[in-house]
Amino acid sequence: MNYPEPQLDDLYRDLILDHYRHPRNRGNLEHPSAKVDGYNPLCGDEVELELRFDDQGVIEEVAFKGRGCSISQASTSMMTELVKGHSKAEAQRLLEAFKRMMTEPTGEPPAELGDLEAFQGVAKFPVRVKCATLAWNVLEQGLRKDGASHIEEA
Amino acid sequence: MFDVEAVRKDFPILEREVHGRPLVYLDNAATSQKPRQVIDALVHYYEHYNANIHRGIHTLAEEATTAYEGVRDKVVRFINSPYGRPSIVFTRNTTEAINLVANAWGRRFLQPGDEIVLSISEHHSNLVPWQLIAREKGAKLRFIDIDDEGRLRGDQLQSTIGPKTKMVALAHASNVLGINPVREAAALAHRHGALILIDGAQSVPHMPVDVGELDCDFLAFSGHKMCGPTGAGVLYARPELLAAMDPFLGGGSMIARVQLEESTWAEVPHKFEAGTPDIAGVIALGAAIDYLEGLGMENIRAHEKQITGYALERLSALPGITIYGPKNADERVGVVSFNYGDIHPHDVSQVLDQHGVAIRASHHCAQPLMRRLDCAATARASFYLYNTPSEVDALYFALEETGRFFAVQEATLPAGGA
Repeated sequence: MNYPEPQLDDLYRDLILDHYRHPRNRGNLEHPSAKVDGYNPLCGDEVELELRFDDQGVIEEVAFKGRGCSISQASTSMMTELVKGHSKAEAQRLLEAFKRMMTEPTGEPPAELGDLEAFQGVAKFPVRVKCATLAWNVLEQGLRKDGASHIEEA
Repeated sequence: MFDVEAVRKDFPILEREVHGRPLVYLDNAATSQKPRQVIDALVHYYEHYNANIHRGIHTLAEEATTAYEGVRDKVVRFINSPYGRPSIVFTRNTTEAINLVANAWGRRFLQPGDEIVLSISEHHSNLVPWQLIAREKGAKLRFIDIDDEGRLRGDQLQSTIGPKTKMVALAHASNVLGINPVREAAALAHRHGALILIDGAQSVPHMPVDVGELDCDFLAFSGHKMCGPTGAGVLYARPELLAAMDPFLGGGSMIARVQLEESTWAEVPHKFEAGTPDIAGVIALGAAIDYLEGLGMENIRAHEKQITGYALERLSALPGITIYGPKNADERVGVVSFNYGDIHPHDVSQVLDQHGVAIRASHHCAQPLMRRLDCAATARASFYLYNTPSEVDALYFALEETGRFFAVQEATLPAGGA
């Protein structure tokens, strides 16, 4: 094979390992507006997400619980930090940008994703992409509906 | 005398490197590698006598038919069937063999309220087909639990198999844990007038299996886990059962006389082989059986026990490791499932791959068992005839590296094993 082999450091960037070891926004919310969970049957990654929106539809608070591999849990942790304070429409744009980074890894990572560019290397490991996108698919469900819902990644 | 270095020379893929390191292939419970003899048998068929089997009146068709049917004799000898060719049905794999029985036997013989007894550690292939037919026929599934070392609980075998039981379907060896007491289960099933199907996917490749000694009614296994190509598997069944069952798939080869409104069926086993089978795959499965018998299944078993025992000893020394299943290699085929600290098995597998070590990390198609073991997934190293102690060492060192990479802290490690 003639292309450069992806290295572990591309996948496991320090920031990702830090969020895996010290997840942010982990726990439950009081009075969440939406409660969503997702499951990736391939590896058994689980993410439960709670969101609270204000009257304008801005994400006021967000919290998660879950278990799974470092990529899935770090992605969830960093996603919660990024979307807090954003409107539903802005969060939708962020999640689309993230998913695009996973599926079209050739371009520059979008600036609005900030630190989440750390996940760019995951795209070099195709079987791990679903681990990274699980949290974002769960978020998408949460933005669409109030109440509780559940998704399973195919 | 079993010479592992000579065996390794038969497997071209073992010369390969992965990420600049020699391949250490420890995913044999998923599929085994293939020796040159098996690959040659595939190529030889396609280069010299490729033709459809049965009915053809020309030389190539006769040669192909003779070779294909000859593999039935090899399987008969390999599992010591007392019933000859009619007891051997070729399928795609274990999954198809079990689906065949669940459908063709279940449709005909299951009644509402009948019970099918399984264990909670079954592979999805020996669970889902029974769920489907039980729902269709109003039958009930009952489950035998495992003990702390992952063995089927003997007391539950006794209390679960009873007068309502019509079928007992159990793995001879779990793809996650160890070897199950299937002889005892067969005796219990027969005492209550029930049948027993044994899923031999993880046992037939690794130890001598004698269907008479097991006293099973059905045995299902896959060729690709025993040095054969993908696409050819086996259902062994008593011919009288096959004769009484409905067909599974309809089409060419499985019929006797076809009219517009109805048909009659070919003799067993052909009644269950509709359409053109994987002729090359079956012929190469024959080459795999020759290869394994040439080495001796007893010798293969002894070699694997030694490697598995060494792996259990070596891995147990890693702080923070949890090893699932029996402590003793005698009660295992070459399967060692584990979790390492709180590192997710996918992360373990990813780092091992970088060291050239191929293991599996998943729920192993046994989600109910994962829930029973209280984990989402496990890592699994599984050994075969060509694995060596130095490959176990490579696994050990790669795991140490993994621990360093994820900075496994003593404090974060779970207490004790399962």
